Amino acid sequence: MAEIEVKGKKGMPRIDLTPMVDLGFLLLTFFIMTTTMSKPKAMEIQMPYKDEKLEDADKNKIKNDEALTILLSKDHRIYYYHGIGDDPANPPKVEVTYFKNEGGIRDVLIQKKKTVQDLISQGVLGAKDRVAVIIKPDDDCTTDDLINILDEMTINAIPVYAVVDITPVDKEFIAATEKANPQ
Amino acid sequence: MPKIKMPRKSTNIDMTAMCDVAFLLLTFFMLATSFKPPEVVDVRTPGSTSTKAIPEGYVLITLDKEGRVFYSLDDALAKRAIIEQINQDKGLGLTEKEMQNFVLGGALGVRFSQLKAYLALDPKDQTAYAKTAPGIPTDTTNDYDVNELAYWIATTQYHLTKGRIAIKADGDAAYPEIQKVISTLGKQKLFRFSFITDPKGIPPGTALYDEQYGNTKTQ
Repeated sequence: MAEIEVKGKKGMPRIDLTPMVDLGFLLLTFFIMTTTMSKPKAMEIQMPYKDEKLEDADKNKIKNDEALTILLSKDHRIYYYHGIGDDPANPPKVEVTYFKNEGGIRDVLIQKKKTVQDLISQGVLGAKDRVAVIIKPDDDCTTDDLINILDEMTINAIPVYAVVDITPVDKEFIAATEKANPQ
Repeated sequence: MPKIKMPRKSTNIDMTAMCDVAFLLLTFFMLATSFKPPEVVDVRTPGSTSTKAIPEGYVLITLDKEGRVFYSLDDALAKRAIIEQINQDKGLGLTEKEMQNFVLGGALGVRFSQLKAYLALDPKDQTAYAKTAPGIPTDTTNDYDVNELAYWIATTQYHLTKGRIAIKADGDAAYPEIQKVISTLGKQKLFRFSFITDPKGIPPGTALYDEQYGNTKTQ
């Protein structure tokens, strides 16, 4: 019987590890992606400071000329008027608009910023005055509306804005405008 | 002149080391990833242009379409301390296992009176039950007996001082529901918090767009 002689090096046979490396890196990429992407994104908001102890005199007053009041209502409708609407003898002109990229609330905000800028250059308002938007969500608007309007503030770089409770007077404004424009 | 003979190198590279590195990193990432507890309710978050990631260790208040409120927290240590305090203050008589269930469990949406029965359930049954859970009662007052969310927040603030508040609200939730949560937070002197939102593109031609990408108007 002839003896069989094993030729070559003894020991481990060579295995091509390339596919295994490929697989390793593929899974690695997947895990890195899913960890970083699962972090939720969030929008920060600052609500107006409320304190029962706060005197009326301590509160910041907004000038009528720099203010824009936005009322959020049902069906994603937005009612707005210039000023703070605190003069019962002279009710503001309430208009309706929607969330739209063109011809919606954004144009109103851009226009308002321009108007305030003009009033400052004319000397009607002081150099420190800025646009102030008062957001009053009605009971039948949704969270979407609130987030969208807050986002519009960021988009249009509105320096001062606040979410406050709606007043009965504002509700009357909405009802009156709805009556005037039946749809 | 003698010819220099270049030794022909083999194209075979030893992949063993590379393979080791790949799998080492893979193992690390697999272990470092913490899986999210199962979502109890479906929430369609509204879109916003914010791309800020929320910092770790936040208290999550979930508000679903029907206005049910759920409370969840990731920090196991803080959760343990919270449930121990609530157990003591409210006299719930929770067992060790029930408290452990709270620490490991996901979002919670039951009244204090139902808490013991809920935590006694298996984690699997908890998720099933949570779908029909009534939510944590809340309103615009600061009365701990009625506004149980206020109690949860107050206890959390005590044990987790750096905890931020994140609200994950459904876009279709009515405003009075979200207002209850906001005013509850306001009564606890929390005026700064985050809304979890879906990222959305910045519309061109606006102030924010100009700030982010430079003024692209050609003049």
